[in-house]
Amino acid sequence: MNNFYNDKVQDHTFSILVENEPGVLARVIGLLSGRGYNIDTLTVAEVDEEEGLSKITIVSSGTPMVLEQIRAQLERLVPVRAVSDLTVDGPSVERELALVKVAGEGESRVESLRIADIFRARAVDSTNTSFVFEIVGSTEKLDAFIELMKPLGLVDVSRTGVVAISRGAEPI
Amino acid sequence: MSSNRYTGGEIILKALADQDVEVVFGYPGGVTLPLYNDIYKQNSLRHVLVGHEQGGVHAAEGYARSTGKTGVAMATSGPGATNTVTGLVDALMDSIPLVCITGQVTSALIGNDAFQEADTTGITRPATKHNYLVKSTEDLARIIHEAFYIAANGRPGPVLIDVPKDIIMGMGEYVGPEGIEPRNYKPQINGDREAIEEAVDMLASAEKPIIYAGGGVINSGPEASQLLQKLVKMTGFPCTTTLMALGAYPTTDKQFVGMPGMHGTYEANLAMYGCDVMFNVGARFDDRVTGNTALFSPGSQKIHVDIDPSSINKNIAVDLAIIADATSFLTDFITIWNEKQPKLNHKAHEEWWKEIESWRSVDCLGFEQDSKADIRPQYALTQLSEALNGSDYYVTTDVGQHQMWSAQYIQFDEPNRWMTSGGLGTMGYGIPAAMGVQLAHPESSVVCVTSEGSMMMNVQEMATIAKEGLPVKILCLHNKVLGMIRQWQELFHENNESECDLSQGPDFPKLAEAMGFSAMVCEKADDVEGSIKEMLATDGPVFLLMHTDRMENVFPMIPAGAAHNEIVLGPNQKLVPADDKDNVMA
Repeated sequence: MNNFYNDKVQDHTFSILVENEPGVLARVIGLLSGRGYNIDTLTVAEVDEEEGLSKITIVSSGTPMVLEQIRAQLERLVPVRAVSDLTVDGPSVERELALVKVAGEGESRVESLRIADIFRARAVDSTNTSFVFEIVGSTEKLDAFIELMKPLGLVDVSRTGVVAISRGAEPI
Repeated sequence: MSSNRYTGGEIILKALADQDVEVVFGYPGGVTLPLYNDIYKQNSLRHVLVGHEQGGVHAAEGYARSTGKTGVAMATSGPGATNTVTGLVDALMDSIPLVCITGQVTSALIGNDAFQEADTTGITRPATKHNYLVKSTEDLARIIHEAFYIAANGRPGPVLIDVPKDIIMGMGEYVGPEGIEPRNYKPQINGDREAIEEAVDMLASAEKPIIYAGGGVINSGPEASQLLQKLVKMTGFPCTTTLMALGAYPTTDKQFVGMPGMHGTYEANLAMYGCDVMFNVGARFDDRVTGNTALFSPGSQKIHVDIDPSSINKNIAVDLAIIADATSFLTDFITIWNEKQPKLNHKAHEEWWKEIESWRSVDCLGFEQDSKADIRPQYALTQLSEALNGSDYYVTTDVGQHQMWSAQYIQFDEPNRWMTSGGLGTMGYGIPAAMGVQLAHPESSVVCVTSEGSMMMNVQEMATIAKEGLPVKILCLHNKVLGMIRQWQELFHENNESECDLSQGPDFPKLAEAMGFSAMVCEKADDVEGSIKEMLATDGPVFLLMHTDRMENVFPMIPAGAAHNEIVLGPNQKLVPADDKDNVMA
């Protein structure tokens, strides 16, 4: 009970299965912003065409009290079918994809390729003066890669935000 | 073509008929003209042409709150829809079941900044429990039935349906309400049995229990109030009900300790502070009840029963949470209690009641009315309560000092008799709400207690009341000031009366007469009783302007951010200082 009110902020990943109807994303985002909750990352796409379901993955941060509220408030929305707080509901797999554009010549260009190799990033676009790397992994891995690219001519980054799914045989 | 095909307008009216809607509060406009043509052609549904769409929504709230049914309001697109927003949020905060149907510009024009276009579903998304933009006339019947289901089931609330003009004019199939419910929205009604057993054990082992009931008990239906009374009687425990739940437990009963919170009674607040088990059914630990959450009832174990899981642990962390409808829960709880026949610590309860009685003896609502002095609002409302006593009555209020005094001094022995804007605190709620209540209960006494600030916010509905021939009585406590503002300025803002003076206000009796009311004025304490009786006895709509003491404050008061044991008593109560913690935590 004591740790309930404490101010220690944690990151949690929420997986939200919703009816794929107009305005549903606005509903979810509006709920979070309206109640002052954070959205660190957000992804959304249809996952079941037949049933008309989309899945939204949100990484949010807050105190335990706030995180419990986020889940309860999301469950209250009429078009929401299921909500899972993957961080507390059991082990899960999280992945993020980034496209990282690096411009440069000479040694720094070679060095960026070398680091990309270490991170298992692929070059998906190349000119004489630039690369676009595609990298998949945890948020931390992507952060580390982008950090290393900065002195080597980092010019632009696009990230998907986290997608996640629970481990094992059960659906959300 | 099958014979089950109708225009959108006809579908709306058929669906409302199938939902047993008797009355709609609305205002026509450009895009809803085809619907109003259909309304013209029928006479089963009563449409009340209101003065302003906000008034229409509050009227629907009053109708809903006093009947337990779902209220219905209609508005046109653009300004009609935006005018409903305050009423919708009010219903959302106080969990009132409403369906609001708005017109929208023709589908092809949506997004083009068309005449009277507004993004109604966008604007009302956080103002409603759910909303719809209808894309096809074929979906219309299902959506309306689904909206009624969502409005009334689980924690009730407002649902808005935005219907573009081409959908109203288009053709579609009509389907009845049977079997229509949303795919995903399935509120939990019955509580977990093991948890209820635990709740029985916790409450039975309490030495200083308090039963704290909220608006959820009223929303669950009159049976829940009867069950609450049964529970309180069979345990012998003290009971407090929130502003939203006044009447769920008879306020005249000895086991009732008054309302908790900012302007609650001394005994209710000290019992909430000092209890060892708090038993919350259908209340939401609102900040006006809890005061400083860090200091809220520090020594108690808390049981929280609510139909809305998001109410659990939102403001106050609880020891035992049960998701359930109040009627279902109270039925189960009483059954299990009777099965277990728990042994109660009667000695401890005797001590606890002694403590409560010592707080009660402070007589925190006591006041004196000098017959030569200005009328005290407490006296006026006590007289109103006595005049209503024994009759079939409903009371609505606006928001401010008069609202708190009404809550403190008017007695209610039944649920659904007291209509007030609790969560949102909407000035302008009282008069239109009274209209809705009177329409639902044409033979009953319906009194709106208001004051000149609130009254002016929806004063146009007085004309609607008169036009509809509704015998609503309006008691306006006339202190010539925004009283609650003045009180806070006096107490917390250097006593600077900034922009709260209403002494230059209109000639209220003339205004009331212009609206179609009989007008009365009472200026002397000796005339209070007589004028209130006369107001109630006069046929048709009556307005009574009651001059009251401008400087009166609402007490007791827990200042914002303070704890319950820091409650401040009024100047009449010069007994033990409330912040004497030894006294509080005996």
